[in-house]
Amino acid sequence: MILRVSALVALLAVAGLGCRQDMHDQPKYKPYRQSEFFTDGRAMRPLVAGTVAQGTLRDDTALFTGKSGGDFVTEIPLAVTADLLERGRSEFQVFCSPCHGRTGKGDGMIVQRGFKRPTSYHVDRLRQTPVGYFFDVITNGYGAMSDYAAQVPVEDRWAIVAYLRTLQLSQYAPAADVPADRKAELEASLQALDAHEAAGEGH
Amino acid sequence: MSQLFHPAANSIAKISVVAGALAAGLVAILVLFVLPRSSYVTRQHEARVQPVPFYHAHHVGSMGIDCRYCHTSVDRSAVAGIPPTKTCMNCHSQIWNQAPTLEPVRESWRTGQPIEWVKVHDLPDFVYFNHSAHVNKGVGCSTCHGRVDKMSFVWQEESLLMEWCLECHRQPEKFLRPKSEVYDITYQAPANQLEMGHQLVKEYDVYPQVTCSTCHR
Repeated sequence: MILRVSALVALLAVAGLGCRQDMHDQPKYKPYRQSEFFTDGRAMRPLVAGTVAQGTLRDDTALFTGKSGGDFVTEIPLAVTADLLERGRSEFQVFCSPCHGRTGKGDGMIVQRGFKRPTSYHVDRLRQTPVGYFFDVITNGYGAMSDYAAQVPVEDRWAIVAYLRTLQLSQYAPAADVPADRKAELEASLQALDAHEAAGEGH
Repeated sequence: MSQLFHPAANSIAKISVVAGALAAGLVAILVLFVLPRSSYVTRQHEARVQPVPFYHAHHVGSMGIDCRYCHTSVDRSAVAGIPPTKTCMNCHSQIWNQAPTLEPVRESWRTGQPIEWVKVHDLPDFVYFNHSAHVNKGVGCSTCHGRVDKMSFVWQEESLLMEWCLECHRQPEKFLRPKSEVYDITYQAPANQLEMGHQLVKEYDVYPQVTCSTCHR
């Protein structure tokens, strides 16, 4: 019996030697795979400087740089629709809110953890600033903020800019702009805010 | 001359033939059906140690950073995207910028040589998988990747076996969620999942194929 068991084990071991993972690990390049051919070890090759893929010549300077004739554009060069604003909100919350906070006050979690506090969007200077400036900052960075050109595609950057304007408006709209049938809601929330601050919990 | 074998030896010989066949069958079942599904082979739930102690539990769970902040191409490409070192430096240029544990990150940033992250979800090379096709049709991150916001070093939450893929491709209504919830890592399926799932299948036009060439192409 011992002989039989050891024979079976030996047989399985021999069969196991034949098991290889050649189909599982094929000698081909896939994204992020290591290369033994290129000296930097990367299978994914960086683009040669100045490469332009077909159909992507960025000749629309307003759209791709936020500038026109050296000045920042004052109009978003895309149709500002509800869909664009919705996209802007989701992208803003992913890429901007970690530092700028969900309302753009500059109090995001990364700032709370010690990153340089960015200027609040809700100051007069930034309310007057043309939209092209915000696009330029996202594209090229500003001060301690890195550029987000690699993380956020051009259309999404404009969507974020459009949403940023929405945020600014949300904190600086005249009471006269509130529809008559919703004035009561505004009054109620203001009273709640007053009560909150009177209770000393506000900050 | 005395008998070499006890009279019972006849029975033992007969039984051992049957028992041997049964044992061989049992071993075959183990090798063919149990072993390939075991975490020993699939490496399910095995946290992989990375060259830098990057903890998803900290960045996602505590800091609340969205999956897409780093995995930027998940909704427009087959691959979700492993962030370049620059993405780390967006924050770590100022935060923890002296920490010894982050020296490999800073070295990578100085030299331009990428950090060699260890691949956790390694599908066989004969399988085609596209992230964007899934997240844009209501398959949430956590449906396949589990609660990454609770993992320090990430592990593979599911087996990634073909039967696991087919489970959803055959009955997507069991797993779909509204598109607005796809990136919510804390999402819990509602009680009326099946009812909602059937509705989402229609609304999002989800008819996943189960033909071989869908994934093996």
